[in-house]
Amino acid sequence: MNGVIAGITLRGMFGRRRALLLLLLPLTLIGLALALRLTGHAGEEEATVLLQRFGIATLMPLIALIAASGVLGTEIDDGSFVFLLSKPISRPVILNSKLAVAVGLNVVFAAVPVLVAGLIMVGPDGGVALGFGAGALAGSIAYGAIFVLINVLTRHAVVAGLAYALIWESLVGGFVPGARQLSVEQWALSVADWVATSPAVHAEVAVMAALGLLAVVTVGATVLAGQRLRSLSIAGEA
Amino acid sequence: MTTIEVDHASRWYGNVVAVNDVTMDVGPGVTGLLGPNGAGKSTLLHMMSGFLAPSIGAVRVGGRPAWHDHELYRGVGLVPERDAVYGYLTGRQLALASARLHGLPRPEDAARRALATVDLIEAQDRRVDTYSKGMRQRAKVAAALVHEPEVLLLDEPFNGMDPRQRLHMMDLVRRMGDEGRTVLFSSHILEEVERVAEHIQVIIAGRLAASGDFREIRRLMTDRPHVFTIRSSDDRRLATALIADASTAGVEVGTDGLRVRAADFGQFTWLVPRVARDLNIGLREVRPADESLESVFSYLVAQ
Repeated sequence: MNGVIAGITLRGMFGRRRALLLLLLPLTLIGLALALRLTGHAGEEEATVLLQRFGIATLMPLIALIAASGVLGTEIDDGSFVFLLSKPISRPVILNSKLAVAVGLNVVFAAVPVLVAGLIMVGPDGGVALGFGAGALAGSIAYGAIFVLINVLTRHAVVAGLAYALIWESLVGGFVPGARQLSVEQWALSVADWVATSPAVHAEVAVMAALGLLAVVTVGATVLAGQRLRSLSIAGEA
Repeated sequence: MTTIEVDHASRWYGNVVAVNDVTMDVGPGVTGLLGPNGAGKSTLLHMMSGFLAPSIGAVRVGGRPAWHDHELYRGVGLVPERDAVYGYLTGRQLALASARLHGLPRPEDAARRALATVDLIEAQDRRVDTYSKGMRQRAKVAAALVHEPEVLLLDEPFNGMDPRQRLHMMDLVRRMGDEGRTVLFSSHILEEVERVAEHIQVIIAGRLAASGDFREIRRLMTDRPHVFTIRSSDDRRLATALIADASTAGVEVGTDGLRVRAADFGQFTWLVPRVARDLNIGLREVRPADESLESVFSYLVAQ
């Protein structure tokens, strides 16, 4: 990890309009949690539905997608990435620095808001807030690595990332039970279920399998992204 | 002394050959890589700067393969053509970030020195996205010079600049060459190369068309047969007078004027107005018909 690269990346992230998007989604989640609390619909069941459907299934992948394209995809697209590539720093180090910023953003704008929304709704009861916070943290790290890899692999990373999140995670995961074994969303839910004591939180994937798969996917995507970045060609306009 | 060696390098994208079996050595001083748009200059420059692997052949900088070697950049500075830089940084922050990324022992001093070299000290605390095109280009040069590289590669450095900015940048490039660095810049404009480069590499349709001392190539370009389109008040009489002189190689009389092939450019351009005046013929248009860079280069390839 290189501090100068991380610093430039972070400044770039907040110098653009997309920073507003990063804020908008978690504020919506917290706003919904507050509204439910104020209207008396803030039991463990309701909290689980909100944190699972909006927090883990929607907020977490979208924030990871925005962050990954902001820290890497935009720079590759507009050519400013050449500034970093033309320095005596290995490309995996450049990638890891970018990934660290992406994961940091995911934690701040996805995992922490999920925890806060849970606390607003049910406080520490049943470990729901802490469980979903932990699940969102684990999922945010894995999604960070996956979406950064997608940004290295394709110039259409936002479309590819959305297609992955919507088609695989939501559609296929929703109708094909087997696909849920291979879903970041379900792994995050397993972590939440493991930490929480409330019967309202229920996961389909065994926690050890989920943790193992999260680790494999995170490490695998990071290593692969570093390798692909090493061979990334910057083509001339001829 | 660091040289760039391109050894029978080719690069293709699918079925399209961008660079075709190019061999050249680039040494200290300023070398211009001249060619029309789409000739393969950027592809060649990207191979030299380690951003692109040759499909076959080799590209070495200081004796080491350029591809897959990030240590290369300790001795190489690159100024890319694309305008994108981190616009949210100030000029000073950009140069300083570059110095830190190079791991220089005194990054602040190095950044200040580089900014002074490109004459950007006054504007160093302004954000790069408030700079003019020329200032942005100089900021990129400062970031590329911060570690005082032996080799400096610039892709179309004068593009989009106004005349004053262009002169300033030309001075800067010349100075880098005078200091003994190996400076290579690409351009599609003959005059730019003429004013700055001592050596020239002409690339056309992916192939090296001419290489060597600029004056020699310029002479070849001037001495080539030129074709002019001429419209006058009496085309036939003018045609007769022109063909009588040895500087005219051929004349074709058409419905919309004459198409004249000049064998001696200097003599012919001296002759035309005098013949017209002596015969009392009004000249309505004298236009070079083949002054495009492509036609000049095609002639060079044939030589």
